[in-house]
Amino acid sequence: MEQSYLIDLKQVVKRFPMGKGSFTALKGLDLQFEAGEFAGLIGPSGSGKTTLLNIIGTLDLPSEGGGTVLGHPIEHLKASEAALLRKERIGFIFQSYNLLQVHTVFENVEFPLLLLGMPSEERRKKVMEALDWVGLADRHRSRPSQLSGGECQRVAIARAMVKQPSLVLADEPTANLDAANSHHVLKTMQQLNEAFQTTFLFATHDEKVISYLKRKIYLMDGQLVKDERV
Amino acid sequence: MKLAWLLAWRNLMGAGLRTFLNVLVLSFAFVMILWMEGVMVGWDQQSKEDMRAWSIGAGQYWHPAYDAYDVLSLTDAHAVIPKETVRSGLVPVLATQASLFPQGRMMPVRLNGIPSQQSLLKLPTAALDTTMDAIPALMGTSMASKVHLNRGDRVLVQWRDRNGTFDAMEIELVDVFQTTVPAVDAGQVWIDLSVLQELMMLPNEATWLTMGEATVDSERMAPFVWKPFSELTRDIDAMIETKSSGQAVFYVVLLLLAMLAIFDTQVLSIFRRQKEIGTYVALGYTRREVVWLFTVEGSMHAVLAALLAAVYGIPLLWWQSVVGFTIPMDTEGFGMAIAPTLYPVYSLGLVVTTFVLVLITTGLVSYWPSRRIAKMNPTDALRGKIQ
Repeated sequence: MEQSYLIDLKQVVKRFPMGKGSFTALKGLDLQFEAGEFAGLIGPSGSGKTTLLNIIGTLDLPSEGGGTVLGHPIEHLKASEAALLRKERIGFIFQSYNLLQVHTVFENVEFPLLLLGMPSEERRKKVMEALDWVGLADRHRSRPSQLSGGECQRVAIARAMVKQPSLVLADEPTANLDAANSHHVLKTMQQLNEAFQTTFLFATHDEKVISYLKRKIYLMDGQLVKDERV
Repeated sequence: MKLAWLLAWRNLMGAGLRTFLNVLVLSFAFVMILWMEGVMVGWDQQSKEDMRAWSIGAGQYWHPAYDAYDVLSLTDAHAVIPKETVRSGLVPVLATQASLFPQGRMMPVRLNGIPSQQSLLKLPTAALDTTMDAIPALMGTSMASKVHLNRGDRVLVQWRDRNGTFDAMEIELVDVFQTTVPAVDAGQVWIDLSVLQELMMLPNEATWLTMGEATVDSERMAPFVWKPFSELTRDIDAMIETKSSGQAVFYVVLLLLAMLAIFDTQVLSIFRRQKEIGTYVALGYTRREVVWLFTVEGSMHAVLAALLAAVYGIPLLWWQSVVGFTIPMDTEGFGMAIAPTLYPVYSLGLVVTTFVLVLITTGLVSYWPSRRIAKMNPTDALRGKIQ
């Protein structure tokens, strides 16, 4: 009997138009992830890790190949279906936090729950809970501009986790943080992974992040070089 | 939908001064449009009310040959006043072409005979009920000024009777009245009806009959033909419509200024907020929903402008409706019923129509640049790579 994976990619190819030709960022990748993994796509710039993360996050489509993400075939996903999948089951953490600057910390974390149409009381409870996880409950009225980089990234983690998604995709989450903040953020994510069995998938080349990973997938020029479990 | 309004509200509030300036400009356009339209409506109402009071009452019965724009029609436009006239309280007027000779020059005028006892129209005809060796006459201030006559002055008037025979006599100006209705002022001389009937050798005849509020059996008014109030004020409607069309240019300019500010803000927003747009998509919005969000955000300027306009506009417009707007020039030469001070009239319909107009325009201006979002690649937007 075939095992059911959280993410199951088969022969994924991604090409980008470049001049009159095209550039192939992913060259037929086969990868599977199970629920609860704390894994990372590791490689230098241009290795295809962010491209793969975008395809898994349904923000982009593969040029060839396909597979399933959270049970949905990604190659046939309509824009509205992809949006619904992201809204309900996928969280994103970005290198530059991508917080909504004019919103407070509370409103930033509340945003995914607003999209889900959750009632106000329940929303408030969950937002404060999520801010508790990242240790920022007392800063819920602050605006992103009043926070440090580490605090901003913790708000981004709270925003990604507040709806308790099945999958969190983190693209270079520590690239803008110093060592102390990086460890703080990574420990927070590790704890959340253990507490909720949420699958975390990173795109990184930061040694600090790599040291926390339980599965390390090395990419080079759009190809899988090594898949190592710790 | 509700979420888009909530987010738009938060984004606009977060944008602070930029939002305030856009809203201020738009609210100014909003108040100005309301005020200008209010002046037009007020002018329309005031003109019609003045016409009713001074000239046409609730409507008139015209001799079939009478043409208000053809002075030559007066020769044949007269008939015996129907008996129904007395019962219904109609005011008969006999009119004829005549010439006035002030200071030795000749001036064509219309000589109107009206019963001195009438009280339906505001013309001070009671002054005509006097005995002297000249014909007592009335003129409006505009006419009196044009012929350089004052109360008590005498002037020679010449007319032709029913047989076409010229006759002349002096009239004495017993009163000069102030009116905003040129139809009873410019080129008009008023004398007592019975006197004019005698001069014209047209006993008990009239050119038109002005009606008050009483009902009249039209069949018993033959040969006079009914001209309702709406028909007699059609020229005012046409004139107001023309003026309103002219004013539309101002509205367009005002709205353009406000729309330009909003358009610029939208274009800048979409360029500056690429990462935010990408984030919305990553968090579960479709691109179409983001387009909607930005459109709502732009359109909300109109809602905020209406609120701001209410804050300073309501007292301002109310004050204007009380003290009126005094036209900074002589209105007598306008050739139409226009009071020196116009009192704007605002209706709920006017406010709602203006708001809807501003909202739709703002919505379109907001949507136009926002359409670009639908073509954005979210992964590029997230990295702020779109030029």
